[in-house]
Amino acid sequence: MKRFAAIVIVLLTVAAGSAGAADWGVPFPSVPKAAAENCVRDTQFMRANHMELLLHQRDDTVHQGVRPKQTALTECLTCHAVKGGDGKPLTVKDPKHFCRACHDYAAVTIDCFSCHNSAPEAVNK
Amino acid sequence: MSLFDKVPACDSAPVEGRRGFLKGLVAAGALAIAPGVTLYKFAEAAGVSSAVRWGMLIDINKCEDGCSACVTACAEENGWRGHGNPRTDAQWIRKVTLTDKQTGFKKSLPVMCQHCAEPPCVYVCPTGASFKRADGIVLVDKHICIGCRYCMMACPYKARSFVHEDVDGQKPHAPRGKGTVESCTLCVHRVDEGRQPACVEACAKDGGHAFMFGDLNDPSSDISKQLAQYGATAIRGDLGVDPGVRYRGL
Amino acid sequence: MKTLRYRPVSFDSKPLVGAFFIAALLALIGLGAAYYMEHHGHVVTGMDNSVVWGMPHVFAVFLIVAASGALNVASMGSVFGRVAYKPLARLSGLMAMALLMGGLSVLVLDLGRPDRLIVAMTSYNFKSIFAWNIFLYTGLLAVTAVYLWTMMERRMNGYTKAAGMAAFLWRLALTTGTGLIFGFLMARQAYDAAVMAPMFIAMSFSFGLAVFFLVTLGLYQGDGRPMGDYIVNRMGKLLGLFVAAVLYFTFIQHATNLYAPEHHGVERFILVDGGGITLLFWIGQVLIGGIIPLVLLFPLGSGKLGRGRVSLASLLVILGGLAQVYVIIIGGQSYPLVMFPGWDVSSSFSDGVATHYAASLPEIGLGIGGMAIAGLIVLAGTKVLDFLPVSLADEEVDPHHA
Repeated sequence: MKRFAAIVIVLLTVAAGSAGAADWGVPFPSVPKAAAENCVRDTQFMRANHMELLLHQRDDTVHQGVRPKQTALTECLTCHAVKGGDGKPLTVKDPKHFCRACHDYAAVTIDCFSCHNSAPEAVNK
Repeated sequence: MSLFDKVPACDSAPVEGRRGFLKGLVAAGALAIAPGVTLYKFAEAAGVSSAVRWGMLIDINKCEDGCSACVTACAEENGWRGHGNPRTDAQWIRKVTLTDKQTGFKKSLPVMCQHCAEPPCVYVCPTGASFKRADGIVLVDKHICIGCRYCMMACPYKARSFVHEDVDGQKPHAPRGKGTVESCTLCVHRVDEGRQPACVEACAKDGGHAFMFGDLNDPSSDISKQLAQYGATAIRGDLGVDPGVRYRGL
Repeated sequence: MKTLRYRPVSFDSKPLVGAFFIAALLALIGLGAAYYMEHHGHVVTGMDNSVVWGMPHVFAVFLIVAASGALNVASMGSVFGRVAYKPLARLSGLMAMALLMGGLSVLVLDLGRPDRLIVAMTSYNFKSIFAWNIFLYTGLLAVTAVYLWTMMERRMNGYTKAAGMAAFLWRLALTTGTGLIFGFLMARQAYDAAVMAPMFIAMSFSFGLAVFFLVTLGLYQGDGRPMGDYIVNRMGKLLGLFVAAVLYFTFIQHATNLYAPEHHGVERFILVDGGGITLLFWIGQVLIGGIIPLVLLFPLGSGKLGRGRVSLASLLVILGGLAQVYVIIIGGQSYPLVMFPGWDVSSSFSDGVATHYAASLPEIGLGIGGMAIAGLIVLAGTKVLDFLPVSLADEEVDPHHA
């Protein structure tokens, strides 16, 4: 009897777990859509590896002067810009900024914007 | 090889008769030309080389005393306007006034990072953030700068500034932030696009046309011809750091 | 040689418990100051684009130099066979590590980006003396730990001499490296001198022994343990010798500078018209840190040195040492770079003029916090492990005692 109960509990847990996060009531970030599709790599790759790309590319740019337009930070910011009420792109101060959508959710500090502007133009935060 | 190379995976299926052999042949062929295709696509991923050495020649005789067009232009281009604290505000370039102790004769000149070939700031940086690019431009990699300010102690020209407070509204082509060290970048973002530094353009437009920018390694460039014909001096040439910025009339 | 016994200090000692709480409070204030500086940026400090290293660096360099000198007491026992100092070797190792960690914490917390400490520890430019110093500092902690282990683990006692020699050589390299941080700055008039390296070695002997004496005396009196006149007298006489060595190297540094007209400007600034810097040099470094301790420690007549005398001399050496490091670090930066020899220079960036630096409270708080961290480590160490000999009375320590 005990063994039967244990198996039932395990099966129920697995079923519940595979039902997806939304069914648990855990809020999932609403990520603003970008201006283009898969402009650098596909979405899943970018979600997992964008930091790798940024780290490699910045070293190439700073030390070798390699500046491919496709991977310039300003290009990323242009494509992923979220327009505010006044039509200007939002900065990282606003929680609706593209990067903050996931970074707030995952509670990972963003260091980039202490030096880089978080909008594609020279706007103040 | 960058992460953007899409090199097809080698087909390691065992050779099973003719079909397998033909598949292998096609795969080998694709593998042979794929690198060529990738290289052609990312041709601009070559980077700078030491075949070029960027430098500047400043003719002090043409530099007017009250003029600071170069300073204004640099501040505007790179976004380092001050917070109203002259002690701690960054200054990538400044006008220095020299007065002869005996005669009172005055002259002025702009001083910025001299982009030395043997930069003391590069030698002392503990993390390697202060570095010299292959084409001679001395820069700070602010991603790995820890803000120790040792390079500021080492620089003979007081070229470097420390960012003492939070920065806002950075120009996208000139990122800068609190806690790191910075200095004149020779407008590397412009140079990489084939343009001239902001100070050079501003002096030509609003100043005395005292600046000249060019490739010191190219004997046929204007700057090399001027240097060969009229010569120039370096500030503190005795230190042996071989600056890329030379002055005439010093 | 009688069997030496070591015992941890006791919680019953009210003075030591009190000292612990005071040190903890000062350390907390120091950490708070560091947070304040990091959060608002260095604009809240007295440091600027002319004087880039300020009060925190004065404290940090003093602590690091003293750390290397504190280890000297152990070296005298293990390497040079001075029997009287052998019981103090463990405490010496502990103090060296404590002072070094205190100094390093100040240095790291003052960085513009202290969150990038991992970068500093993984990305190295081996041409930089600063990078070498990071290895030397962390290396000394490791070497000293091994040295302590050979002393405190009976089965390893046979290796103490070798470990002691390694520690001695390492700390000489460390102090030389610290001096060369300044000695390699060829552009600055006040630095760029080979004599910085041996001068720092002499400073380490002097400051290290002064700190060691005061802390040891404090621990013994605080825990009610006997400390005989013999060891007090010996340390006092040795301190006198070290103070004389520092004065000698100071004289050499300035005399050789004065010989070259190129350096007359900076020498005039330090010795004559530098305002606060000049006062700190003559009154702080030379008088309080040099001449008065010499008078105290070399009394006319036979006189054995009593603990009052040596304590006062040690305190003055520490104050004079802080003044000396201040003159070196801040005086050296206050004097402007000479870019155009022979010309009067002026600009919007303080070219050609001496900079006046005024230490801010957060900087002083951070510096004192570093000293407090060192104190906490010493107190915690002597409480937890057998660092402190039970007795330093004459019959225990004096090899010639009847």
